[in-house]
Amino acid sequence: MKRRDFLRTSVGGSLAAGAALKMGGLEKLFAGTSLSAKYDLVAVMGGNPDAMFDLGIQELGGMGAFVKKGQKVLIKPNIGWDVIPDLAANTNPLLVKRVIEHCFKAGAKEVYVFDHTCDNWVNCYKNSGIEKIAKSAGAKVVPGNSESYYHEIEIPGGIKLQKTKVHQLLLETDVFINIPVLKDHNSTRMTCCLKNTMGVVWDRGYWHSNDLNQCIADYALYEKKPSLNIIDCYNVMVKHGPQGVSKEDIVSMKSQILTSDWVAGDAAAARMLGVPVEKIEYIPIAHKMGLGNMNLDSQNIKRIKM
Amino acid sequence: MSSSLLRRIRIVFSTLVFICFVLVLVDFKSIIPSKYINALIYLQFIPSLLKSYDMKTLAAGGFIFVLLLTFITGRTYCSFLCPLGIGQDLNSRIGGRIKKKFRRYGFKKPFTIIRYSLLGITLVVTLVWGVYMLTLLDPYSIFARFMTYFVKPVIILLNNFLAGILGRFDIYTLSNIPVKGFPLIVYSIPAAFFLLIGGLSLTKGRLYCNMFCPVGTLLGLISKISLFRIKFKEADCTRCGRCSMRCKSSCIDFLKYDVDVSRCVSCFNCVHTCQDKAITYGIVNFKKKVHETDEGRRKVIAGSILLLFGISRVSSGQGKIVPKPKKQSTVKENRTCPVFPPGGGGIADFNKECVACSLCINVCPNGVLQPAYMQYGIAGIMQPVMDYHKSFCTYNCTKCTEICPTFALHPLLLEAKKLTQIGKAKFIKDNCIVKTEKTACGACSEACPTKACHMIPYEGNLVIPEVTEDICIGCGHCEFACPASPYKAIFVDGNPVHVAAKKPVNVESDIKTPVEFPF
Repeated sequence: MKRRDFLRTSVGGSLAAGAALKMGGLEKLFAGTSLSAKYDLVAVMGGNPDAMFDLGIQELGGMGAFVKKGQKVLIKPNIGWDVIPDLAANTNPLLVKRVIEHCFKAGAKEVYVFDHTCDNWVNCYKNSGIEKIAKSAGAKVVPGNSESYYHEIEIPGGIKLQKTKVHQLLLETDVFINIPVLKDHNSTRMTCCLKNTMGVVWDRGYWHSNDLNQCIADYALYEKKPSLNIIDCYNVMVKHGPQGVSKEDIVSMKSQILTSDWVAGDAAAARMLGVPVEKIEYIPIAHKMGLGNMNLDSQNIKRIKM
Repeated sequence: MSSSLLRRIRIVFSTLVFICFVLVLVDFKSIIPSKYINALIYLQFIPSLLKSYDMKTLAAGGFIFVLLLTFITGRTYCSFLCPLGIGQDLNSRIGGRIKKKFRRYGFKKPFTIIRYSLLGITLVVTLVWGVYMLTLLDPYSIFARFMTYFVKPVIILLNNFLAGILGRFDIYTLSNIPVKGFPLIVYSIPAAFFLLIGGLSLTKGRLYCNMFCPVGTLLGLISKISLFRIKFKEADCTRCGRCSMRCKSSCIDFLKYDVDVSRCVSCFNCVHTCQDKAITYGIVNFKKKVHETDEGRRKVIAGSILLLFGISRVSSGQGKIVPKPKKQSTVKENRTCPVFPPGGGGIADFNKECVACSLCINVCPNGVLQPAYMQYGIAGIMQPVMDYHKSFCTYNCTKCTEICPTFALHPLLLEAKKLTQIGKAKFIKDNCIVKTEKTACGACSEACPTKACHMIPYEGNLVIPEVTEDICIGCGHCEFACPASPYKAIFVDGNPVHVAAKKPVNVESDIKTPVEFPF
């Protein structure tokens, strides 16, 4: 019954948050950005991915603060690699499942899941465990393997990346929820919130050959930003990322970070990984471009230990 | 047996066989498991013959069954089991619908010199040089290529069209599959054969089988002594000539009550069409019990030997190396040897054993296998080659090694395949984005499944790739991912002989499970 209780509370919380939002101002509600007045960032530690999410989202006012009745939701986990869930190269399937469930509880009309994978997409969807679990939770799992699914968009103000092709789902849905898994990255040092967006675009090669760090930050300018970032730090790949070679690359951290500010989320994730934020170049760049706040000290952070 | 039953059995059976072959060869989602594919192809004459020869055992001896079958029943193989033969029958039927003339065959003299010299040349070339003639003339391979080169892309386009429509209704059961064409030149041979065989079968029945096909000619020789065959009851014959008119092989000389059994493919059209029951299919001269071979047992033996071989196949033999020249050059990828699929062992053996049937190209889920044009030289045209500009070899996949009908690719267990080094990644620093642009990249190392390709400190905060060759397996994911253009900054140079790669070493990290939030 515990799970149901959680859901009930979150629905209740979302109603309250919704009311608060209405009083706060309609424009911001429609902009899709959350206005959880209490916290900039919620971090949970010590539970299973789904239980941690239940707690974390409650602190942010429940999923109803992000998803309104009848809206279409895009959930973007990392499904980039053809490996089993234990190797943590992809987002934890339990977390994906619970996020989908919360979306439907909040009244979502449809929930979509996809990734532009690096390995063979059929194998990635299957072996990550995400396709099966997302479908069982009622989401639509959509392919991202063909250029025909991608449409060109413009990024005004981008320094290196002014236009790129993004998956049609990003354009057709009302709410974008980003669920990266925190991992070491061979080149950018870390992959998390901002870098996870490389999975919604078609031509990643362009990013790689045109100042990867700047492109990652530039993309964050695009108007369709995630309302919520849920960082999966349950099992964290601390080396040989982003693909990993064996279980020795994984450290169990049993944590989760929830925030609407993806720059703050990445900054917190960098601390988890033990990498100085300045070393992960796209974070300071994005910070300077005004895309978020990487200074965690000035932020209102809720820390929960289970 | 009643006169039309034989023909009906033939039509039903061959239709089933044909459908199975088509399904296997257009299965763009790789749904059909390898064991069914192997079972289907087990009885294909040339692949089975080559497989037995390559394995130095008769365990893969579907061809023995075919020989025996032919000795007993005549060339039933050509009508019941050969997909190219069945396909031609289908085409003849279409031809007959188009023009009446096309369905009136009548007796014709055999092209004795052409067919036996082609058989002879094929035999000699195969024994002395290699499989090159079989590559061109093996009916199964010809059929498989038709499907892979021409039919499958059409099916995929159809799928994409449907996927597009369904997608509009928010249904994603079908997905769009990018169609990747082959180099134009490799289409030439299948296209030529398509026109030849298509044209002949449309208008002249089984003329291709009785003029060019070495399998047809060989089985024809055996059927000259077959036990069952088409024969005349001279007393009942009214010499109406219907049988001869309906004979796709043009081998019934009804005036002489003679059937050229070497050309008869046992289609039973004549038996069906004869109103006087004067032409029958039955035993000749003497009576003898028909005995069946134990198919299941053979398959088990074949399978277990395949597995045994698969565990540690590292073939010997020196390969003839044909470098592939690049059109332009800044820093050219200097490939000294093409990369051939895992399980191929040595390039010389591989080139000698592959008949380019394209089944591996067909089943590859990543589309990394492409028909070669000149990578292996002219003799190796259409044989599969790894094209890392098109795609890469999936780490967790052994599909191509499982289904090779001629054993040119030996079956590999997944763990063995993951340690089979088919080539080595070579890094060209001067092409690398990190050096030329002074910005981060690392696409190659990101893609590397063994981290043979990893990043080492470069200028400032930058890191640059480095390759540890002995743990590289040559999967080509690095080359595929490399964004440098037009020349890649990292490429895989093929191993002329596949060797075992070292296991990646991995040590535990210093980072420990946190007890407090670090922020």
